[in-house]
Amino acid sequence: MLAVQNLSTEYPGDHGQAVKAAQDVTFGVEQGRLFTLLGPSGCGKTTTLRSIAGLERPRAGEISVGGTVVFSSSRNVFVAPNRRGFGMVFQSYAIWPHMNVFQNVAFPLEVGDRRYSRGQIKESVMRVLAAVQLDHLADRDATKLSGGQQQRLALARALVREPALLLLDEPLSNLDAKLRERMRFELKRLQRELRITTVYVTHDQSEALALSHQIAVMNEGRVVQIGSPRDVYERPANQFVADFVGNTNFVDGHVIAVTPVDGADAMCVVRTEIGDVHVTSSLPLKTDERVSISVRPEDVELVEVRPEGRNVWEGRVDQKVFLGEAVDFQVKVGPRTLLSRRHPTLRTKVGESIFVQLHADKCVVLTVA
Amino acid sequence: MTTSSPALDAPVEASERRAPFDWKWIVLGLSVAFTVYIAVIPLGFLLWQSFRTPQTAAVDAVFTLENYITAYGTTETLRLLWTSIQFALGTAIFAFGIGTALAWMNERTNTPFKRVFFALSIIPLVIPSILFTVAWIFLASPQIGILNLVAASWFGIEEPVLNIYSLAGMIWVDGLHYSPMAFLLMTAAFRAMDPSLEESATMSGANIFQVAWRVTLRLTWPAVVATVLILFVRSIEAFEVPALLGLPVGIQVFTSAIYQAVHRYPSQVGLASSYAVALLVITTVGVFAVSRLSSQGSRYATMTGKGFRPRQIDLGRWRWLTAGIFLVYFLLIVVLPFAVLLWSSFQRFYAVPSAEALQNLTLDSYRFILSYPNLGRTVLNSLFLSFSAATIVMLVTAVICWIVVKTKIRGRWLLDNVASLPMVFPGLVLGLSIMIFYLNVDVGIYGTIWIMLLAYITRFMPYGLRYSTTSMLQIHKELEESAAMSGASWSTTFRRVILPLLKPGLLAGWIYVMIVSIRELSTSILLYSPDTQVVSIVIWELWENGQYVELSALGVLFIIALFMLVLAAQWLGKKYGVKE
Repeated sequence: MLAVQNLSTEYPGDHGQAVKAAQDVTFGVEQGRLFTLLGPSGCGKTTTLRSIAGLERPRAGEISVGGTVVFSSSRNVFVAPNRRGFGMVFQSYAIWPHMNVFQNVAFPLEVGDRRYSRGQIKESVMRVLAAVQLDHLADRDATKLSGGQQQRLALARALVREPALLLLDEPLSNLDAKLRERMRFELKRLQRELRITTVYVTHDQSEALALSHQIAVMNEGRVVQIGSPRDVYERPANQFVADFVGNTNFVDGHVIAVTPVDGADAMCVVRTEIGDVHVTSSLPLKTDERVSISVRPEDVELVEVRPEGRNVWEGRVDQKVFLGEAVDFQVKVGPRTLLSRRHPTLRTKVGESIFVQLHADKCVVLTVA
Repeated sequence: MTTSSPALDAPVEASERRAPFDWKWIVLGLSVAFTVYIAVIPLGFLLWQSFRTPQTAAVDAVFTLENYITAYGTTETLRLLWTSIQFALGTAIFAFGIGTALAWMNERTNTPFKRVFFALSIIPLVIPSILFTVAWIFLASPQIGILNLVAASWFGIEEPVLNIYSLAGMIWVDGLHYSPMAFLLMTAAFRAMDPSLEESATMSGANIFQVAWRVTLRLTWPAVVATVLILFVRSIEAFEVPALLGLPVGIQVFTSAIYQAVHRYPSQVGLASSYAVALLVITTVGVFAVSRLSSQGSRYATMTGKGFRPRQIDLGRWRWLTAGIFLVYFLLIVVLPFAVLLWSSFQRFYAVPSAEALQNLTLDSYRFILSYPNLGRTVLNSLFLSFSAATIVMLVTAVICWIVVKTKIRGRWLLDNVASLPMVFPGLVLGLSIMIFYLNVDVGIYGTIWIMLLAYITRFMPYGLRYSTTSMLQIHKELEESAAMSGASWSTTFRRVILPLLKPGLLAGWIYVMIVSIRELSTSILLYSPDTQVVSIVIWELWENGQYVELSALGVLFIIALFMLVLAAQWLGKKYGVKE
């Protein structure tokens, strides 16, 4: 449906030099899918989205939507943003303060190439307002809406033309935490119901994991991993992804033994500062290779009596943070401190000793660049 | 991450060719061409003329350096420069002192009735400089000044205490007249400052004066310097005060020297131009320094965008003193000048207030004014010029500032500078350049109302641009981009999103340009003809003829009319402006 090929976008910096915002970005989105560009601020995700919208003119690459090329540097095609027919929700919502709710939503129908009758406009606007549950506020001043209502109004305005592609630029980042979580469900429900192809930009990894069919993690202008939310979380491609998506513990070391098992995976032993760690890995590892092991805090098991099995060390509770639904333990193992997230039923006190167990299949081996 | 719609720097694409015709390039092109034409051409001709001999029927003008030698070859010129600088610097510092003290009292203290005072602070702006000056002549001239006579009869002082015909008198009148401007600029500076910076100084144990001196003033430093510079530039180009107060006693500054050179026979346009060049150099340096300062202003980053009210300093019993200062100031700047004009307008011949004079109250001077030849024409001219100038200036600057603020077009900063260029033209110098240009290039507008319209537009373009730019900067670029994403073309976006959002700023700028146009004197004085007289020119002529009471009557009517106009414009603005 959407295909982005080798997209590169630059913009002039403060001193006239070219700042490379997006470099060689390539991905595709299937019809009806929600695709997320995830990364820290300045990683080029917004620039990529704005290039798709046509608000930035890329230096190189090709963008096509549903088989129509909207940008191609080689064929010198650039369709102006107002002729692309996409819907977009901006980070600030960009609600026009001089129009009321109805007028804001009606605007796209009034200004486009297609002419609609007054009746058609009213019908479409009310239908889309009903879909976002704002139909009872149609006559209200747009500036008199709450944050969540403004967000839904922006969404309604983007959807009213039934666009081929919906672009969302951090649409939830201006909401408070409670509301953000609720709107996350609303957005997901609406997208799944309308089956509208969507590109979503966010720096919030939990938002990306919750909403997306596919995630592209970006860093310094490049896509570093594309995969399903589960892939990206459980099988991060490198240290950046492991670190950015969720919390993790890194334990550095070098490979001392590789035993091939069935299929692609191999059983390895990595010598680290906490001891020898047994891990499974699909990477073609060699002995003496320097690696880093990433373990999620929820995968660091803590037990008060020594458990059976491998990868067990004795440590001491260094710090405890009570979070309500969980407790974060910082456990000192040898020279290292490991972070472990446990159920609050575990009540080991600070200073007491505890056993740490890592499961081989939960340890992700990452090569060190 | 970056501003603008990139479609702008994009060449026309194959896919765009089918698009309906967009007015964007026509509107942009015309606005840019117009701006360059009106801002650059007069300056070029002024420089050219300063190297020419006077042209007469017998002899053609030739190249010469004579004008510069006459102008700068004598110690007389050094004195001229020294007097100008003394006058301008004195005025700037005096106006700044008053304006800052008032702004601080108004913004940061609990002075009673300060809300009323702030509402009243707009009134001095509607009193034209020439009327303000005349009023102060009535108040403090050594011969007829009411204040001197009061001093003589109440305290028995024989010698006149106040002499308005002196450098100090000029500084006093001009400084008072510019103080509302200083007040408004410094109020803005105080408001832009995060008050928690001051509060943390208070919490560190600093007293009121330590806070004011060591924190407030230091943080507003760029604004302080910019304000003094603006005041300096405005007073060095002031014409009315030096002409009315300086010339009678031989105190000359650049503006009055230019006026005299033009009005000599034969007219010394070349000499006037070379004086004007010196004046231009001074104002250019000043304006350049101001723009450098304000571009560095962000370094101080006093804006936080948090809208909390600053804690006000409790002055205790001293707050009655500050209220008294407000009252005295208001007396000096509005009540006394207006009262004296009102008084003299009811006299047959000018007389100081006394029981005897009270017997002679008459409406003769009003009758005279209302039957003044061509009065209707004059008023219509003034209204036509101010309304047209304000409208054209605001529409053109709306487009200009869009280009400057919202696009990435190369060289857009140049456009900003070109449109701001007339800022460096003193009114008299601008009138001179435009006069020279249309004398040399005859397109049939010399002596018509169009040349004056052109002059007004040129002169007030930079002010209109400031108003438009300020509001344009406040329009989040996403408001515009979302219109593009909704399928709107550039002209639709401009008409339906940008202009409505700019409306409050455009309206404020329109009101301002209209007021300053309607009281404009120093440019008009070189460009008017009997058919194109405006009200301020009539006031000037009455003064030249010594018709003081008639002048007062016209002045009173003029001030009242201007005041009504401002009220009406503000009411309209409230009614049709964008709801906040």
